[in-house]
Amino acid sequence: MNGNLPELKRIANRMRHNIVKMIGAAGSGHPGGSLSATELVAALFFKVMRHDPKKPAWPDRDRFILSKGHACPVLYCAYAEAGYIDPALLMTLRKLGSPLQGHPDRRFLPILEASTGSLGNGLSIGMGMALAGRLDQKDYRVYVMLGDGECQEGQVWEAAMFAGYHKLDNLCAIVDYNKIQLDDWVAKILDLEPLAAKWESFGWRTLTIDGNNMQKVLDAFEQAKMTSGKPTVIIANTIKGKGVSFMENNVEFHGAAPNPDQVKKALEELDKEAAVLA
Amino acid sequence: MGTIAPPKFELKMGAATRDAYGKALAELGRTNPNVVVLDADLAKSTKTNVFAKEFPNRFFTCGIAEADMVGIAGGLAEAGKIPFASSFSVFLMCKGFDQMRVAVALPKVNAKFVGSHGGISIGEDGPSQMSVEDYALACGLAGFSVMSPADEVSTRALVFRAAEHKGPIYMRVGRPKVPVIYDAKDDNFQIGKARVLIEGSDVALIGCGIMTAECLRAAETLAAEGISAMVVDMHTLKPLDTAAVAAACRTGAIVTAEEHLLDGGLGSQVARAAAATSPVPIEYVGIHDTYAESATPEELLEKYGLTAKEVVAAARRVLKRKR
Repeated sequence: MNGNLPELKRIANRMRHNIVKMIGAAGSGHPGGSLSATELVAALFFKVMRHDPKKPAWPDRDRFILSKGHACPVLYCAYAEAGYIDPALLMTLRKLGSPLQGHPDRRFLPILEASTGSLGNGLSIGMGMALAGRLDQKDYRVYVMLGDGECQEGQVWEAAMFAGYHKLDNLCAIVDYNKIQLDDWVAKILDLEPLAAKWESFGWRTLTIDGNNMQKVLDAFEQAKMTSGKPTVIIANTIKGKGVSFMENNVEFHGAAPNPDQVKKALEELDKEAAVLA
Repeated sequence: MGTIAPPKFELKMGAATRDAYGKALAELGRTNPNVVVLDADLAKSTKTNVFAKEFPNRFFTCGIAEADMVGIAGGLAEAGKIPFASSFSVFLMCKGFDQMRVAVALPKVNAKFVGSHGGISIGEDGPSQMSVEDYALACGLAGFSVMSPADEVSTRALVFRAAEHKGPIYMRVGRPKVPVIYDAKDDNFQIGKARVLIEGSDVALIGCGIMTAECLRAAETLAAEGISAMVVDMHTLKPLDTAAVAAACRTGAIVTAEEHLLDGGLGSQVARAAAATSPVPIEYVGIHDTYAESATPEELLEKYGLTAKEVVAAARRVLKRKR
């Protein structure tokens, strides 16, 4: 996978189209945190990670774990775009019998690296994979995306302490810092600041970037790859609901599906963006 | 109920099951390079330190962070390792429960969890350190196999079976030395297959963990009274050996004995299986809806009713109810 910058932006736009459509069709789901993470996930799947959709069980593949499992539409869209799954499946999200469960579930979709949805779990699981890679002298990398609200979970900091102490430089965490959680703004629920200083004090290299700027995202992942002797966390400042004006920075769209009118409006906006990117 | 031959068991004190676990892990490590061991700052107590000494590169101490340890085990298993993660049972199951559910049970990965210091027989450390609900919690994890071996021989064998088994495992081991029940060379143990220690026809005593030996002692007392008691070592609580329960039902009366709350443990499992086949009266020996306290193990087992004497009393009660 080796997309150039304009192509990566077009991919992110197509993924946003699908995120809106599939959550609209499902009638429930989490659009805000899927749209905020789109550049990050697109960059990973179409530029940064070593993987092969024809060999999903390739032992040397880089791994991506979506610890903020509720944002799984963005991951399912990346799978569809990359050719892991039939794009037609996207419209079956959350329906009986669909491999695209409401939160990632490996029983139904074995290409998932982990089942997630109970927040706080992903980084520990990713560390287990990173440790196994080290034991087996393999050079694959492990990427774990966390939500900002998720960083309120104690397990995240147990894991952060372990990875820093063990200098797991084959591990990269990404915090999708869109500043909004289910009930309200993160700063009003339980503020994370100073977030970068926290990770740094746990022994991590910390990169703070605009997580909706594709070039900055690519640069950060490149720097993470070059880092030796410590794990890297990318604190990605993003906009919740990015790309759809009425969802942006709107707490209501953390966990509510757009109605058919809203889907139509959202797609019109995304079509306009697509025309600019074409 | 005529006179019967006395049980052939002569119980000699052996090693604690945690010691047997530690030795078995190291032995396993010599033949299986995929075995990786995790602990949460209790390796000296859980005895994973035996493995750690021999295989330092395959041992990770996670600090006092059980939730993280369980998650790491899940990730190691996903990447093809066979992790054994240990702590005290109470911390492993209670602090790691969500992680066992999400990172292990739900994706059904091949991770093994062995909790030491099960039950109240740890003694003086008191109830915050005592696991009295681990069977129930572990049985509540879909796809888990749950074991509570009675002695050093069965512990060793079941550690090996756990490593051979594809899927998640929880095993409880204990702190105190316990009697040896099986012949040292006995390796005839399978997950989910109970062992009938004594055949009997009047009542069946079904135990697990340290209570299996108490069942044997109880059978001896009952035999002296002319009561023929079958004794079953139900080392696996899940999947339960329903054929063994059916055989126990054929005696017409059952006593279960466990070092666990009566809610959700061996008794519940056996009762459910018995009710599904040919129900007979059952009496339950276990901890009655309470937490224990600090004292010597012997004092606690006496006070909380986990002795052969209690098993005998339960057998007499159930025989009165027998149809």
